[in-house]
Amino acid sequence: MTTVGALAPVHRRPWRWVQPVVVLLIAAVTIGIPLWLVAVTSVKPQAEAVKPNLSLPHHAQAAANYRQTFDEGKIVQGFVNSLLVVAPSVVLVLLLGAGAAWVFARRKGRLVNALYALSISGLLLPPAVITIVMELRQLGLAGTRPGMIGVYAGMYLSTSIFFMTGFIRALPEELEEAARMDGAGPVRVFWRIILPLLRPVIATATIMVMLFAWSDIFYAFFVLGGGDRATLPLNLYQVASAQLYLNNWHLIFAYVVMMSLPMVLVFVIAQRRIVSGITSGAVK
Amino acid sequence: MADTATLGVGDATRAKEADRAARPGRPGRSRRGANQPWWFAVPALAVFGVFFLLPNLLNFVYPFTDWSAFHPQIGFVGFSNFSTILHDGSMVRDIRITLEYAVLVAVFQNGFGLGLALLLERDTRFNRFFRAVFFLPVLISALAVGYLFRALLAQDGALNSVLSSLAGHPVDTPWLGSTTWTLVVVTLIHGWKWMGLAMLIYLAGLKSMPGDVLEAARIDGAGGWRTFWSIRFPLLAPAVTFNVTTALIGSMNTFDIVQATTAGGPGSETEVFNIYMFRIFGQGLYAQASAMSLVLFLIVVVLAVPVIVGLRRRENNQ
Repeated sequence: MTTVGALAPVHRRPWRWVQPVVVLLIAAVTIGIPLWLVAVTSVKPQAEAVKPNLSLPHHAQAAANYRQTFDEGKIVQGFVNSLLVVAPSVVLVLLLGAGAAWVFARRKGRLVNALYALSISGLLLPPAVITIVMELRQLGLAGTRPGMIGVYAGMYLSTSIFFMTGFIRALPEELEEAARMDGAGPVRVFWRIILPLLRPVIATATIMVMLFAWSDIFYAFFVLGGGDRATLPLNLYQVASAQLYLNNWHLIFAYVVMMSLPMVLVFVIAQRRIVSGITSGAVK
Repeated sequence: MADTATLGVGDATRAKEADRAARPGRPGRSRRGANQPWWFAVPALAVFGVFFLLPNLLNFVYPFTDWSAFHPQIGFVGFSNFSTILHDGSMVRDIRITLEYAVLVAVFQNGFGLGLALLLERDTRFNRFFRAVFFLPVLISALAVGYLFRALLAQDGALNSVLSSLAGHPVDTPWLGSTTWTLVVVTLIHGWKWMGLAMLIYLAGLKSMPGDVLEAARIDGAGGWRTFWSIRFPLLAPAVTFNVTTALIGSMNTFDIVQATTAGGPGSETEVFNIYMFRIFGQGLYAQASAMSLVLFLIVVVLAVPVIVGLRRRENNQ
């Protein structure tokens, strides 16, 4: 690689050998130890897990711990609940965001600029979580999935509009023109030309929204509360609040493992896409 | 209630009227208008208006009421909620703690991220694998991260037991129980959780460096250190802007990690805004929680906006 050659040729040789050692050490201490603690504690019996430590279990009972958490923690229900709010939120954020971004990117004028500035204000401004509760109550949406979906969509629309508008502005307009010459209406142009071209940003936006919404508990707490619509992280909070009191670290960590696996799995499968999605969207 | 539903629609009608008004006089514009009709933007504006803007507008109203769980009617009470949070010290304390939290997180998250990016810059198999490893914490929910570190850092937890066996005598440092240092520990955890994301963005910034500039620096005899500080780091400005901004905004809205590790304690020394709102809302004092929410809003507007504008300007001057 040219950049490395340009770095410092003098230091290059020893660094070649030192770098992997440094990386391994840092990874072992900062990532290895915490993850090992989770893994090893999740298979210990309660007596061993009361004081969480890094030693191997004297008596491993993975099956019992995981089964108990699985039953008590309503993993399946939580997973379905999470999916039922996060997936529609992502779709809404992407579709509505793309439509608005198309208008903002192509049309000119003061009104467009003002509405664009307003639409991306959510990048900076914090959501007013307390009054959201009040408003949802008045709309009859408190504690419902549509309410939660609306709140998530409102929170992340700014991000998607911002990224997509920048992206569409950089696209040549000729493609759209050509389609219009062939007699395509706006809906057709949007569906056939704009959306497919947006694919890289759509990947970025999906990942960003997933990363935040999938693990959110703060807003879910205010909007959904506990109950039978609770998402995975809300269930974890409830399980952990009860179990911490009982010192059941083994059950908490069994839950953490089961809850994190879907995200890790998605990452392992789509790693390349996710990495390029995050980086291409961020630095322009 | 009625005005709630109409805001988004109102936006839309106003937008349409403006469009129609622009049409007759200027034929060129009318064609453009038909090409990207306004109604493509209307659903997004409606959702954003109803679920984001309107609550923020209401947030300028409810703090001045006595809205709570204790009586059914809501009446105006002026500034009494603000004087309550001012006089019990919670407002000043939470502003101070949240700002300290945000600055520390911005430093740690970017320091770790940039360090890792420089360490793993070469595109080898080994490095690609470890980039993924360092990205793992980003994928774990912040709440889970919080519990994990609570177990690691508890007084009878894993870290102290490791330190005890290393030192040869019992160590029982209260990592999460110090009124001075716990905030630093919690922000380190926050930085740890998000360092993988910062790393990826710095890596992208490093990769987009123009090779000829670096080559020129090398020919001029600049060493690795010099090249980094005078050329590579300034060229990373867009990545720095993005990472510092997301770190600041993210940590102003932090909740999960603090709730899981300390729940605002010890005392109230890690009580950021959202922890306070959560606690006070739980006590049924809705208007008071809303007052704190308005304070957060104003702090973000007053502080974050200039920071971001400044970073952008620096980036453009480069």
